[in-house]
Amino acid sequence: MSHPQTLFDKIWQRHTILEREDGAVLLHVARHLVHDGSAAGFRTLRDRGLKLRRPDRTFGTPDHYVPTHTRDMASIAEAGRRDMVTALDRNAADTGMTVFGLNDPRQGIIHVIGPEQGITQPGLLMVCGDSHTATHGALGALAFGIGASEMAHVLATQTLWQGKPRSMRVTVTGTLGPAVTAKDVILAIIARVGAGGGSGHVIEYAGPAIAGLSMEGRLTLCNMSIEAGARAGMVAPDETTYAFLKGRPYTPSGEAWDQALAFWRSLPSDPGAVFDTEVTLDGSAIVPMLTWGTSPEDAAPITGKVPDPADQPDPERRAAMQNALDYMGLTAGTKFTDIPVDRVFIGSCTNSRIEDLRAAAAVVKGRKASVWAMVVPGSGLIKAQAEAEGLDRIFLDAGIEWRHAGCSMCVGMNGDLVAAGERCASTSNRNFAGRQGRGARTHLVSPAMAAAAAIAGHFTDVRQLLDA
Amino acid sequence: MPDLEKFTRIDAIALPMATPNVDTDQIIPARYLWHAKSDGYGKWLFNDLRFNEDGTLKPGFILNQPDYAPAEVLVGDRNFGCGSSREHAVWALHDYGFRVVIASSFGDIFYNNSFKQGLLPVVLPEAEVQALREAIERGNSAHVSVDLQSQTITGPGGFSTRFEIDPFRKKKLLEGLDDIAITLTFTDAIDKFEAAFEQNMPWLKNP
Repeated sequence: MSHPQTLFDKIWQRHTILEREDGAVLLHVARHLVHDGSAAGFRTLRDRGLKLRRPDRTFGTPDHYVPTHTRDMASIAEAGRRDMVTALDRNAADTGMTVFGLNDPRQGIIHVIGPEQGITQPGLLMVCGDSHTATHGALGALAFGIGASEMAHVLATQTLWQGKPRSMRVTVTGTLGPAVTAKDVILAIIARVGAGGGSGHVIEYAGPAIAGLSMEGRLTLCNMSIEAGARAGMVAPDETTYAFLKGRPYTPSGEAWDQALAFWRSLPSDPGAVFDTEVTLDGSAIVPMLTWGTSPEDAAPITGKVPDPADQPDPERRAAMQNALDYMGLTAGTKFTDIPVDRVFIGSCTNSRIEDLRAAAAVVKGRKASVWAMVVPGSGLIKAQAEAEGLDRIFLDAGIEWRHAGCSMCVGMNGDLVAAGERCASTSNRNFAGRQGRGARTHLVSPAMAAAAAIAGHFTDVRQLLDA
Repeated sequence: MPDLEKFTRIDAIALPMATPNVDTDQIIPARYLWHAKSDGYGKWLFNDLRFNEDGTLKPGFILNQPDYAPAEVLVGDRNFGCGSSREHAVWALHDYGFRVVIASSFGDIFYNNSFKQGLLPVVLPEAEVQALREAIERGNSAHVSVDLQSQTITGPGGFSTRFEIDPFRKKKLLEGLDDIAITLTFTDAIDKFEAAFEQNMPWLKNP
């Protein structure tokens, strides 16, 4: 019997073109995703007189710089930013790659439309010039973010040199409680292992609480693997995965589906496969979470209080924590539910899928927002589906803005910014200082928790609103 | 093919930055990313920590302390360069004048990106990173030497250590070799691999 392999081992091996004596591996890239922030990679390609090797394996959509209040490009005031969006169309015309442009109903956040179109599939090695590429691991793909130079390398050669990362299995046992979502699970995991805890690793999420997640939930979970420092995150494909994939534009059908399915079923980690690191969490103990600081590891249950730096024995750690509290304008000992919010953002590659919008709408329905809030769906197709289900009316009736698809206020590159000193309950992935705008104070939460904050005007344990 | 900037050895002023989880949003805020690399990203390095909104300097930030202004080595903490994949973070550090970043761990993508620009990221055990930071803080304008060939670092107060680095990356930095040029010499192997890959996974054809 051959050596038991992990899901990660199997995909790595299948994409290995050659291995040098010094251990460097040349990997084939099965799918390369690009966006309007990928311009530097294409510029390098052009400057060096190289051609896109595989236009048929390259897919893109504009997301970072697109306006969300209109689809009118003229609304992007700065020519340099406008060029980022138009350059993607130009690069598509020059190279023959597939791009879902701004006025295509399939446009959206690249990490939302990859799975939505069935471009993301189990067993594939995928890369994108964006750190949240780990999202695609939810379908059992090995997907990770790369920089502009590596992007140019993939465009030119459809390959990448990598050393093999170590493996980590994060097992979440038990059953999640009511209103506890994948977002709460990943925040609990990051709080446990730290923002660098997964550094140099590929994480496989496993256990009954993970198997019980919907595909949307798994996408949220894998999306934030990078916030635990991991190279990638993945979930073994199962019936949930196959049911999600069936009938999507880029997934096979007929005999090809059966062939693909047989391969997909061979992918899960073999019994007895060994991981370099193992972490276990009790899923039934997780409650709705929020972050209080400026690193995603600063996450805690909503039932708690702002921690006290004085409790930190290490002086450098104590100083770092005090800096975070100063930036966030928080006082140690304050109950989380006593913290008021100024803005609420529901969207991003972490939490902009139909299930996220339904969860937020369930909290909002029949209520009014007491602070400014907006919902930015992850794709044009999700927007259309939400409208068909009447979710847009629920948000609009509550006084919440309903926008077009894009990355929006997660990173603010399109001008959707949080003002200095303002506090934002956000379903995005990063609470870094300045992430949503200079001086902006970001608290990461699930869509249901964000909706609850929008209604109450302060952080609230969403379980209380749902019980009522 | 353009040669990359080589890295062999430097001896330069080192700047201690004791903050953990220095993310790439802090190194280079997102609002600058649409600029071309040739615009020079050094002027925006750590922008929001270095400057007030009105453009005046924040004197408390370490990069603004005159002793450290000419620093070429940055001694960080854990998880330096975490977050976004933006290579602009490396461009900003390099354009400002940094050639080495030493930390107990790095964001993986930042670490990979650094090599593409001739910025050497060095991983040392947490205790050594802290000892080096403290040695620098004790001596004004303290120099640190980093030698890639021998994989050694020496610093003030008799600090001396060896570091590990992937041999292929070391070779590329020492010789200024470019990845794309190297990979294109393997085109035959890539062609063969792709043909077999597609034969084994025929369902990957686009509709």
